[in-house]
Amino acid sequence: MATVTQTEGRPSAAALSQTAPAIELRGISKAFGAVQANKDISIRVERGTIHGIIGENGAGKSTLMSILYGFYKADAGDILIGGTKTDIPDSQAAIRAGIGMVFQHFKLVENFTVLENVVLGAEEGAFLRPSLAKARRLLVDLAREYELNVDPDAKIEDLGVGMQQRVEILKALYRQADILILDEPTGVLTPSEADHLFRILRGLRDEGKTIILITHKLREIMDVTDNVSVMRRGEMTATVKTAETSPTELAELMVGRKVLLRVDKTPAQPGPVVLKVENLRVTDENGVERLRSINLEVRAGEILGVAGVAGNGQSELLEVLGGITEATGTVTLNGHPLQLSGPESDGRSRRQAGIAHVPEDRHRLGLILDFTAWENTGFGYQDRPDYTNGALMNQHALRTDTEGKMERFDVRPANCWLHAKSFSGGNQQKIVLAREIERNPDLLLVGQPTRGVDIGAIEFIHQRLIELRDAGKAILLVSVELDEIFALSDRIAVIFDGRIMGERTPDQTDETELGMMMAGMDGKAR
Amino acid sequence: MDTMPRWADIALIPLINLALALLVSALVIAAIGENPAEAMGVMIRGAVGSAYGWGYTLYYATNFIFTGLAVAVAFHARLFNIGGEGQAALGGLGVALVCLMVPWPHWSLALPAAVIGGALFGAAWAAIPAWLQAKRGSHIVITTIMFNFIASALLVYLLVNVLKVPGSMAPETARFPEGARLPSAYDWGAWMGFGRSAPLNVAFFVALACCVLVWVLIWKTRLGYEIRAFGQSEPAAKYAGIRPVRIIMITMLVSGALAGLMAVNAVQGEAERLVIDSVQGAGFVGIAVALMGRSHPVGVLLAALLFGALYQGGAELEFEMPAISREMIVVIQALVILFTGALDNMVRGPVEGFFRRLRRGAA
Amino acid sequence: MDYATLIQLLDSTLRLATPLLFACLAGLFSERAGIFDIGLEGKMLAAAFFSAAAAAMTGNVWIGLLAGTAASLSLAALHGLASITFKGNQLISGVAINFLASGLTVLVGQTWFQLGGRTPSLTGPSRFQEITLPFADALEPVPVIGPLYATVLSGHTILVYVGLLAVPVTWYILFRTRFGLRLRAVGENPGAVDTAGVSVVRLRYSAVLICGLLCGLAGAYLSTGLSAGFVKEMSAGRGFIALAALIFAKWRPWYALSACLLFGLLEALGNRFQSLEILGVTLPTQFMQALPYILTVVILAGFVGKAIPPRAGGEAYAKER
Repeated sequence: MATVTQTEGRPSAAALSQTAPAIELRGISKAFGAVQANKDISIRVERGTIHGIIGENGAGKSTLMSILYGFYKADAGDILIGGTKTDIPDSQAAIRAGIGMVFQHFKLVENFTVLENVVLGAEEGAFLRPSLAKARRLLVDLAREYELNVDPDAKIEDLGVGMQQRVEILKALYRQADILILDEPTGVLTPSEADHLFRILRGLRDEGKTIILITHKLREIMDVTDNVSVMRRGEMTATVKTAETSPTELAELMVGRKVLLRVDKTPAQPGPVVLKVENLRVTDENGVERLRSINLEVRAGEILGVAGVAGNGQSELLEVLGGITEATGTVTLNGHPLQLSGPESDGRSRRQAGIAHVPEDRHRLGLILDFTAWENTGFGYQDRPDYTNGALMNQHALRTDTEGKMERFDVRPANCWLHAKSFSGGNQQKIVLAREIERNPDLLLVGQPTRGVDIGAIEFIHQRLIELRDAGKAILLVSVELDEIFALSDRIAVIFDGRIMGERTPDQTDETELGMMMAGMDGKAR
Repeated sequence: MDTMPRWADIALIPLINLALALLVSALVIAAIGENPAEAMGVMIRGAVGSAYGWGYTLYYATNFIFTGLAVAVAFHARLFNIGGEGQAALGGLGVALVCLMVPWPHWSLALPAAVIGGALFGAAWAAIPAWLQAKRGSHIVITTIMFNFIASALLVYLLVNVLKVPGSMAPETARFPEGARLPSAYDWGAWMGFGRSAPLNVAFFVALACCVLVWVLIWKTRLGYEIRAFGQSEPAAKYAGIRPVRIIMITMLVSGALAGLMAVNAVQGEAERLVIDSVQGAGFVGIAVALMGRSHPVGVLLAALLFGALYQGGAELEFEMPAISREMIVVIQALVILFTGALDNMVRGPVEGFFRRLRRGAA
Repeated sequence: MDYATLIQLLDSTLRLATPLLFACLAGLFSERAGIFDIGLEGKMLAAAFFSAAAAAMTGNVWIGLLAGTAASLSLAALHGLASITFKGNQLISGVAINFLASGLTVLVGQTWFQLGGRTPSLTGPSRFQEITLPFADALEPVPVIGPLYATVLSGHTILVYVGLLAVPVTWYILFRTRFGLRLRAVGENPGAVDTAGVSVVRLRYSAVLICGLLCGLAGAYLSTGLSAGFVKEMSAGRGFIALAALIFAKWRPWYALSACLLFGLLEALGNRFQSLEILGVTLPTQFMQALPYILTVVILAGFVGKAIPPRAGGEAYAKER
């Protein structure tokens, strides 16, 4: 039986790195309708290296990798695997070419076991039993070799995300992949899980595998890659050796100009407590506790930033306060308790109480993409007297108000009849922001305010949030971008595994300490 | 960016779909050895070529407006109410009870009462599947199908054991009192040439009024806004403080009520008694009508007229060309549902491509 | 109720359960692969007509079976085209197929036979013959077991036995073969199947065609086994009862057998008795007819064991980034 690593009969990694690259892309272009996702991209990925591809959201990284994995067909360009021009019309061809992919959203069958998921698509013969038996043996070997321990008989739905990711890697290795692509693998991981992943990746590289790591996090690039390519707006702007570059240089290449790290603001003038959260708990439908006793408060005239790795409960916190998810505990707004379950805990009651909410995911929650801009202006406020005439909507008032908002928030194009889906990310976010801010709320909930937003709009949005703070409003900001947290917050609370790990002010702390806290380590012990 | 102009989406594509359905229908007619052009001529003449034809065409159209609106309203909340058949059957029960229990002095009193009775019973029959969807997540397509069969069994039982005229063999209710009789087209439209036999009656105007009311509801009211928002995205609706349970219940009650109203036309207006299977598939035609009419009241009205003509024309067809049985209408109806509903993307793809090329050429 | 009546009742239960069973397993293959199918009824009806028509014309029931299955397969392919290739609404496609079958069978039947949509009555070799199992005659006099074997189990057409055999075969295919693993996976998460290098489209088409094949057997049995010829609308909602049984069985083969036997028994009871007295309550026959649907609604409501359909059911697969 062939060994798992499949190095036999091939030149050593060192010898190969001088010859043909593992992957070479030449002049790849891909358009979706009018959007040019990839423009004339060329890149060489040397064998036996970890090659990072970095870029902002929407820079075209995932599209490029989807082309490499046979999900999309490039409009133009060539793919060379090991020096040979290769056609990759589907995933099957990619697998045959020795490419394995770990997607951002795992491609696992939830109610299958680990073993069944690994075997799926790579079975030996028409009957399952021999395939499963063989896979079980191989899995044990692989697990030992690469620290990829997973119970082969566990159901996927019972495993945590870190474990599920290992199953994805095992799937690729079981298919004898020589080239492993990981798309934003750490987005859902805690820092310690991420470190474990990086150990695994280094181990794989040392075995001669080639790894492509797609991320938008500079730290990961600096930590683990040998070479790095930078993408911006569908183009490949540079490929450099990681050892010969710096985070600042990469950041500049990514965004195309100096990154704005600080926002002009004066010190906060905190007033009375607006929001007080005590012992807040949320249990999801699977019985998993997503929030375990959250305590925090936000005062008038200040921004409290909640920092954390995605998936640690910050989304649930926003959804409870915004009236989307039910919870237990005590929450008061200006001293008045809010209902946390039952009909009076919905978004409508929250808005009436004086809470506005810019949700993390504007496509899923904040906007109806097939509604016009003016219809979206009324979204959440559809029962307000200024937008209604009895049971009817006051469409004229809505349109007039939308035109005003579009002007004040510089929404382009300023046409209130366009559907929300026709606007760019930044303009969509401005529509949401205008709607929520101009209601003059006592408390504004903001999640990932600048995700998928172009640089120009980021400054604008940050400025508006500071203005709202200076007008004496309380703001609860959730962001996974530490830069944003530092730039905007007057106080920073770190959330980990459904708990607040601690609170700092920006001048008391630094990224290292916050990173430790985000990983669940006690930041106080410094 | 929208991929094609609005008029193409709301008019061109449905028309192409319809043309394809008719083309395949013509092939079917040719395959059974008859002349499609001749058949088409007979159908058109039979449906709209005489006041007699119009009397039936508009009568059928009235049924289909009600059931089509019922499906359309539910579609806006992304609910597929396939239970129009059962809801209309129960509406028939409601209308019959109203008409039989009160010795109505005049139709103008009986009509509003029957409207309420039909709507209430239809809504009630939709309420259980709606509640199960809203509260228990039971798939509303399956539950409404099941409720169609339950309704059918229930009505057979009631007509055979409870409502039948004692001593009669026929499983049907007594004839409604004269005071509950709705004015037929002959009564108010004899000058247009409608004869005594025309089944068209004032319920047609109730149907037209429902088109207007549904248009106002969906596009002008706050409730309609909330229904459409919910239909676009349930999580977003929750974010906006729109309660899913409320929207599902209200939408399905409105939908069931509209289906139930069909009985005002078919039971009170035409049969003047409740018989077994008073709906005769109109609940299902409503699906085709709503799909064809893109869930807009104007579209529903036009599609209902088309299907009304199809039903009347089909009846004439059977009469004049006996080789083509009445079931030809069912085939055409199936093809319309297939092309406008299930195979929509087959036409949409190429049409979108055409407009994209056109735009690129212009740019 | 005496023993002889009970035996007769069980005998007709098995007969009536067979078309349900074929259709239910048909739906199982389709829905396990993520394609909802409310067109079981239509496929069954089309198969019933074309089986009877071909058998009547050729005098050979096997040719009838082939013709019926071919008709059902064509409609299945149409459903595949709409819901897989063109990513249309699977429910709407099912509705269309039901109407298409309902209209075409009568239209064509009238053209071919001029009997108002019926086919001529089938006799002799144009019908499936009853098979007497070994020793049935010898065992018949044995009390209790004898009639059970000789009447209930023996004396059915070949399709009844094929139907019973289809249950373990389905189970084996689904849970013990590569195809079954992939089929179940594609109904739960087509993305996983696609990225594993297996064609979602081909898998789903296979499932839909197997569904067509089994519906063909259901329909053929209806007109050439259970009855002797086709009559208008002869499927009489059985496709929907099968759908109900599928949900009742929570998409599992052995449970499907139980559900179909139960619903077959209800139909047999309804056929035999005008009303039934149980514990002093008189149940009208219409209640028995509605019972499968009522039970399914109760199951769907999740008050008695929740029925969770395959997760990707009803949705066309589109690749996402």
